[in-house]
Amino acid sequence: MGCEVWAGRLDAYVDGELASVDERALREHLRVCPACAADSLERMQTKRAVQTAGMRFVPDAAFRARIQKNLAAAAPARRRWQWFPALAAIAVAVIVGALFVNSTRGDMREKQLTSELVDLHVATLASANPVDVISTDRHTVKPWFAGRIPFTFNLPELEGTPFVLVGGRVSYLNQASGAELIFRVRQHQISVFIFPERAVEEMRAKETSSHDLSFGVRSWSRNGLRYFVIGDVNADDLNKLSDLMKAVA
Amino acid sequence: MVSLSFEELALPLLDRLYNFAHWLTQDRVEAEDLVQETFAKALKGFSSFQQGTNFRAWIYRILRNTFLTSRTGLKAAAPVELEEEMLPASNETPESILLERLDQQQVRRALEELPVAYREILLLCEVEEMSYTEISSTLAIPMGTVMSRLSRARRALRELVRGSGRS
Repeated sequence: MGCEVWAGRLDAYVDGELASVDERALREHLRVCPACAADSLERMQTKRAVQTAGMRFVPDAAFRARIQKNLAAAAPARRRWQWFPALAAIAVAVIVGALFVNSTRGDMREKQLTSELVDLHVATLASANPVDVISTDRHTVKPWFAGRIPFTFNLPELEGTPFVLVGGRVSYLNQASGAELIFRVRQHQISVFIFPERAVEEMRAKETSSHDLSFGVRSWSRNGLRYFVIGDVNADDLNKLSDLMKAVA
Repeated sequence: MVSLSFEELALPLLDRLYNFAHWLTQDRVEAEDLVQETFAKALKGFSSFQQGTNFRAWIYRILRNTFLTSRTGLKAAAPVELEEEMLPASNETPESILLERLDQQQVRRALEELPVAYREILLLCEVEEMSYTEISSTLAIPMGTVMSRLSRARRALRELVRGSGRS
């Protein structure tokens, strides 16, 4: 690849924002292209210089103490007030029944989690480098995750199905790492997220099926892992891909 | 999941938030007021913050929005936002690149002179070492805009540094 391809991506390289495949390719290019090498070196120097020059102002001790005092003053007050909603909730629970309250609160948390995953899916669609490992071969994608996430999973054989594996990337949710696999069916992309169950305690139901903005979501648990299938495709496709994943899990 | 208190999440960020605020306001007293107001607002809105999502991006966003709606912020922010994003992100030719040692003084002055929109994105990227995703959620702009604005900010900074080097 020539310089014109890379020139626009040197900033992303210097910022460590290139996908690992691209980064490797760019490093190769830098070894043989003095112009791009000089350019990226200059960008690196500027970055460092701004870093040093930018870390400049320190709050004085009196100000720091003031902030700390404010926070300390606010904290117990908050704690005291926190009793009131709790008491109210207990009263309501007594009347309405604890079970009902619990299940609606669970639903809300589940919804929040689902929309966060939909956001992740949309971010992947919008990203210039949607996948970190590009491969249609499940035997390449699965080992790529080894050492990058704290669990393993199986990928189904897709031959004879309308689905194509595009690749994968490491994803994060509730401060836990997991796998995001990207599949294509016709012109649509579907993300399959896999996270350890303890990272997504919000999901209580064994299996769920829902819609968030025009995105269909299927989710289920198997062997300590929680799976989410998300895409703007019809219910049939979502179910089919879910079934394929379930069959090998 | 363990949920952290506001204090536990916010206090470790105090120094950096203050540095950022000082760069935005360019004034010690104003920076202190800005940080204090940010903490007050964030504490008040903390119940709406979703644990497990990015606290840093959240509180920087509050600080920045507070600054932008302050008198100094309104004065500082307006002009660049208008001509922003219309220009194609062009790249310098290799010939235009000078390898020179960057003088700290010059870089500091250039940072001060940059329009706020450029100054803040450079600080978030270089000093706060935020990822593009984090910057995108802090500034509430799409990823593409993060990249183009960042590249423009860097070009503007380089030009300022070079200009001052020559004069």
